[in-house]
Amino acid sequence: MTMRSYFPWVAGAVLVAVPFVYHSPYPLHIMIQILIWSFAYTSWSVMGRFGLVSLGHGGFMGIGAYVTALLWNHVGLSPWLGIPVALLAAGALALIVGWPCFRFRITGHYFALVTLALSGIVLQVITATRDYTGGSLGYTPERHKAGESALLALQFTDKETWYLIALGVWAAGLYIWHLVDRSMSRYALEAISEDEDAAAATGVNVTKEKLRITVLSAVMTAFAGALYCQYQMFISPDTVSGISVSLQMVFAVVVGGIYVSLGPTAGAIITLLLAETLRISFGTKAVGWDNLVYGVLLVLFIIFLPKGILGSLMEVRWLRRQATSVIPGGSEGAAANGDALRPDPSLRSG
Amino acid sequence: MLELKSVGAGYSAFQALFDISLDVRHGEAVAVIGPNGAGKTTLMRVISGLIRPQKGAIAFEGRDLALTPAHRIVELGIAHVPENRRLFARMTVEDNLRMGAFMPAARARFRQRLDFVFDLFPRLRERRDQIAGTMSGGEQQMCAIGRALMSEPKLLLLDEPSAGLAPVIVQQVFDLVRRIRSGGLTVLIVEQNVQQVLKVVDRAYLLEAGGIRTAGTSAELLESKSIREAYLGV
Amino acid sequence: MQIFDIYLLEALINGILLGGVLALLALGLNLIFGVIDVVWICYAELIMIGMYAIYFLFTVYHLPFPLAALIAVAAVGALGALLHYLVIEPLLNAAPINQLLATGGVLFFLQSAATVAFGIDFRNAGIRLPVLNVAEMYISYARLLAFGAALVAMVVVYLFLTRTYIGTAIRAIAQDRQIMPLMGVDSRRVYFVTSAVGGALAGLAATLLVLQYDVHPFVGLSFGPITFMICVLGGLGNMIGGFVAAFIFAEIISLGGLYSDLEWGYVLAFAFFIVMMFVRPQGLLARRS
Repeated sequence: MTMRSYFPWVAGAVLVAVPFVYHSPYPLHIMIQILIWSFAYTSWSVMGRFGLVSLGHGGFMGIGAYVTALLWNHVGLSPWLGIPVALLAAGALALIVGWPCFRFRITGHYFALVTLALSGIVLQVITATRDYTGGSLGYTPERHKAGESALLALQFTDKETWYLIALGVWAAGLYIWHLVDRSMSRYALEAISEDEDAAAATGVNVTKEKLRITVLSAVMTAFAGALYCQYQMFISPDTVSGISVSLQMVFAVVVGGIYVSLGPTAGAIITLLLAETLRISFGTKAVGWDNLVYGVLLVLFIIFLPKGILGSLMEVRWLRRQATSVIPGGSEGAAANGDALRPDPSLRSG
Repeated sequence: MLELKSVGAGYSAFQALFDISLDVRHGEAVAVIGPNGAGKTTLMRVISGLIRPQKGAIAFEGRDLALTPAHRIVELGIAHVPENRRLFARMTVEDNLRMGAFMPAARARFRQRLDFVFDLFPRLRERRDQIAGTMSGGEQQMCAIGRALMSEPKLLLLDEPSAGLAPVIVQQVFDLVRRIRSGGLTVLIVEQNVQQVLKVVDRAYLLEAGGIRTAGTSAELLESKSIREAYLGV
Repeated sequence: MQIFDIYLLEALINGILLGGVLALLALGLNLIFGVIDVVWICYAELIMIGMYAIYFLFTVYHLPFPLAALIAVAAVGALGALLHYLVIEPLLNAAPINQLLATGGVLFFLQSAATVAFGIDFRNAGIRLPVLNVAEMYISYARLLAFGAALVAMVVVYLFLTRTYIGTAIRAIAQDRQIMPLMGVDSRRVYFVTSAVGGALAGLAATLLVLQYDVHPFVGLSFGPITFMICVLGGLGNMIGGFVAAFIFAEIISLGGLYSDLEWGYVLAFAFFIVMMFVRPQGLLARRS
């Protein structure tokens, strides 16, 4: 028990210490990428785990990135103010799309398709307003001072700073995930995902609960987009918005595990390392290969391992503990019930 | 003709039928009566292959039904009129009847079968282009039975044909069953309307809580004290 | 004023022509959803594959266009059946959302397979059809042809669904799949046939689109979302609703494009979609329950 409660702190300390002892830019770059995308994927899973499968998160991410960059370049508004505006915009859009969906009980397929259209809209608007956004060629926030860090412009040239920022944001994302996990809303949302009418009958305000989690998820995703934009200093419609990005999020979460807090992070590590490996081994010929492998893996995962890698591992561990706890005095099995993974009740009787 | 031996069946979570043995002979009309939830509908579904038996054997004219894919059972000559009719409500009467003649052997004789069904139910001929879901309950029941007859079955399974119908119509439905069997068709019928159904059939089985409680000829059951008290309200 | 009227009329006519093709796109998707209850997110990518097939058969291997088109329709039909067999069938009892996501994986796969195999270059089949000049209006012959072919295809599908046994079964299974065995229908076979027909319709759409657009691995993204919106607005699985919605969207795109360019026409169509979500969330022709 004590080992378990100390573990996150030890792991956190190690992660914080990394950039102080280790300065190699390339691995740091990969780690920053993993952290930012992990945060984005966690943001998606905050609502995705309740069966609210959105294919519109590419749109929210694009809004976070583009609104921040556009305000900085065209109005000169610092990202310190621009990011909140971007988050407001994403939240407002989530409300506009979410409200009719939830009010009129648009669920499942319909919800996925409506949100998919949202991704399409954002992508189309970015492309159509190419005079301002650079269209499909991409967009670069202007450097405050060339080659220098600037706190005001949220531009840093060193990877170490970015690593710490990304780490902080990622940890905050996990913290939010846990807050949701511990909240009353979680029970309401789980009830809703099981049976909406029954949940409504027991007094759950279905529309409100769904809207809250959707707005939270959208705002978090937009923040990931803004962060990505500030770090990369280059954004293009197909890297931060559109259907492909939405699917990429879903894919990573499914691979990692949708019902466990570190699932999206596991998904980000696996997918980014996979893409990076393919890129290095295929070189310039790699274009397309990473997504090819993603696509096949996604299908295989959904068919054979729908709980994801981390989710399935935890289930195996849980089952093993259950097996040992049958022996008298095996108190560990009881402790395992507190895990994030909710076991299938039918397993319990076995 | 149809023989069930120690059949057990159910759904994933619970077992609905235990150790059912019954038989239906050629040309007979047999009823299965019993209260709600006794497993009557499950029994019909097991025979027509919608549910697979977990135990026991089902044979139809010597063929093992447990080994026959559900969609091939119709071809052997078993037609099932399901509970609540289950018409294709947004299709026309004729389309519904066409579905009844889906299997290749019936397709070839579609015209004759259609005439046969229309002669049996002149009402359906008038309504052949009407959307099935817009007809009255009695007409829908005729359509459902007509659809089953399109496949030219040897055995007709009727599941609660009188449910949800007005008393006058119920009378018509039972008259119809009588007419169908006088045409030589073997009928296995599930009913809650015990009084009526026992007048139409030769024999009946009483199904309670997933098991067969009593069996006998209609006359015997009509005389039986327990049945009179429990089901006939006398 | 005079000139403006002509532009308006031209845009209206082009909208109708576009509507025919969009209606064809929606038809295939609606057919599959109505019967199998699965949304093929990768539907537009099947069309992309079909466009490549025609490009290679016609432009590179110099087959006559009708033959190339026929092969493409058959090939994409086979691809649709294969998709069902490999991806959907193992997931028929899984959560619906898993089926949807699996076809999302197929979207990734097809897109990147095309990238790997053909590169990201834009390719044009190089078919130059004349532009008709009717009463000072310019109407593209390719669009007229696409419109006509789309209408013919829809009539054929309609006849198939109403006049054949398997077509009747396809309509029936959408209403009540559980009792299909009682009719002697093997649902798996009906699903298979439906998937093949849906795929063939995507192949036909590819044939018509290749006359007007360049092929590249991401071409599906330019008409995938609009197709999904049409289907949602028309009511998923509702073929008539999809037909009506297709023409409404096409007119919005075409007339909206009149004031700036076609891209803004699309943006306008998207905005219209969001507004309609408030007004008629269950689709244009929703059944009142």
